[in-house]
Amino acid sequence: MRLFIESMGLLGPGLAGWAASRPVLRGEVPYRHAPAVVTASEFLPPVERRRTGIPVKLALAVGHEALTNAGRDAAATATVFTSSGSDGENVHQLCETLASSEREVSPTRFHNSVHNAAAGYWSIATRCHETSTSLCCRDASFAAGLLEAAAQVATAGAAVVLIAYDQPYPEPLGSVRPIGAIFGAALVLASQADRASIQLEVTFAAGKGNATPMADAALEALRGSVPAARSLPLLAALARNRSEDVVLEYLEAAHLHITVAPCS
Amino acid sequence: MNVQPLVISHFSIVNCLGAGWVATLDGLRDKRSGLIPCDFETVDLETCIGRVAGLDELRVRSDLRAYDCRNNRLAQWGLDLDGFGDAVAAAREKYGAGRIGVFMGTSTSGILETELAYRRRDPQTGALPPGFRYAETQNNFSLADFVQRYLGLLGPAFVVSSACSSSAKVFGNAARMMAAGVCDAAVIGGVDTLCLTTLYGFHALGLTSRTPCRPYDAERDGISIGEGAGFALLERADGAARPGAIALLGIGESCDAYHMSTPHPEGLGAKLAMRRALASARREPADIDYINLHGTATRTNDASEDKATFELFGAGTPCSSTKGATGHLLGAAGITEAIIAILAIRHGLLPGSAHTRNLDPELKCGYLTESREARVKTALTNSFGFGGSNCTLVLGSAG
Repeated sequence: MRLFIESMGLLGPGLAGWAASRPVLRGEVPYRHAPAVVTASEFLPPVERRRTGIPVKLALAVGHEALTNAGRDAAATATVFTSSGSDGENVHQLCETLASSEREVSPTRFHNSVHNAAAGYWSIATRCHETSTSLCCRDASFAAGLLEAAAQVATAGAAVVLIAYDQPYPEPLGSVRPIGAIFGAALVLASQADRASIQLEVTFAAGKGNATPMADAALEALRGSVPAARSLPLLAALARNRSEDVVLEYLEAAHLHITVAPCS
Repeated sequence: MNVQPLVISHFSIVNCLGAGWVATLDGLRDKRSGLIPCDFETVDLETCIGRVAGLDELRVRSDLRAYDCRNNRLAQWGLDLDGFGDAVAAAREKYGAGRIGVFMGTSTSGILETELAYRRRDPQTGALPPGFRYAETQNNFSLADFVQRYLGLLGPAFVVSSACSSSAKVFGNAARMMAAGVCDAAVIGGVDTLCLTTLYGFHALGLTSRTPCRPYDAERDGISIGEGAGFALLERADGAARPGAIALLGIGESCDAYHMSTPHPEGLGAKLAMRRALASARREPADIDYINLHGTATRTNDASEDKATFELFGAGTPCSSTKGATGHLLGAAGITEAIIAILAIRHGLLPGSAHTRNLDPELKCGYLTESREARVKTALTNSFGFGGSNCTLVLGSAG
């Protein structure tokens, strides 16, 4: 599938926004770890803002960054959200309550427990009625999201913003499902080159494939420890904006092969 | 989106009406309901459930033992029914395992395992009990992962989890993947099973009924949660033309952009989804012979869906919710009601709404309180979820 990338959004440890992260991803500035700071979205009405957890704020932040960078109207752009576990803190709180004798579940916690909570708050914040989907493919959630977003662009022709995000679980789930950090990334994908400087060819390919690593050891560790950070090799290629191939792990017997090329 | 007609060449279904499509068809024809007072696990709530009998005794296939949980057990049961596994095996021979996608919908996957594990945490360390398997049970992808392995498929796979629209939306994912040439066929479906999160959660929101749910009834006061599985094999029309085959003619997706757990009062998102589905199918409202409503039996859903549906179709198109029979299957509702729409077309049945006694005079659509025979060439089905996630499908005779 051939498509164009118009813009990026990024928020993770030591990666505070696309503009600040671009030289780091290009290897021009050394990577320095710093906790990601996630703030509430100014786009949400105050009542809804109070109800949202970190993952929703994170998804809204990177999505807005990417759309702003693309100069696109969020209300008119289709969305693909992808996450391994969405709001892990909220799941933990619900399970604790349900294991107690009272079992008095908070209604807000319950409606925030749906995997598509970020998509719901996003649509409220942006007044967007366009197609939206919310995916999960565990460690390969970014690859699955990219495949779906690419297929949407290829078949519907309209632009899509892909938003991948993950948050660590608190204990005891953190031990059985370790996720290293808060990490979110967003891409605006389009079928036309007019606002884009980079072209992608995304291919679903047989075999596990050897995932493209990050040259920097700390970024490579981050890639390995957060499902959404599996996007880093592609983001690094987009930051470099030169012709190269990127392999993303997907399933046990399949991977994504991505050819990145500057628009001529 | 415009979809190339895709044929639903095989399907299977299990829910509280019984195992296999014959049980669901007969149950709907007889206006039977599978809803019973809640006796699930240690749940102490005055509500009714649509429980699948016999599920507790099942275990998943031994090579996939790590995936054993209520949700994957029900998935396996569904895959074993209605000759579905054999049909997929034949498709695997025809297309190759790597050319068949697996796109599944679920809202809670195997969360029940986690809920139970939280009761058995180590008193000293707080750790979850040994043997708890997050990846194969709780994680949403567990369902698609299990289905793909069970069927021996190697194509693209993921889970869509958009609450109660999940397994309607997978029709769209499959259609896009096939149109883009990523795969040649797809196994789509949805599975959701009873768990404490949804039973206590919907109760906390004041959305569960004490009695079996009564869609469109003047006295309706909430949902009855059920469990179920449904699967369909989607192929391109040219590759699987069989007499009497049913096609996916159109799909429409939209967002309410209104509230996390309350539908838009005017049914704005619902109307958009229906309009887009009709446009994608190149059909007019007058072409639709039956509408399977989302019809959850909450005050707000039925009122807003009725407004949207009446505005588009008037009172002349027969419509009903089948949730009085099956309960609300949440992430499995979309596929279940798509299969019910297929059964309506194939067997000329307009299913009447179980448990609905006195139609709400405020609601204006042509609601079916009794089942009757009629020719159904084209049917439409609605699925709406929390977060304002809406999806409408148009299904019809392939010929």
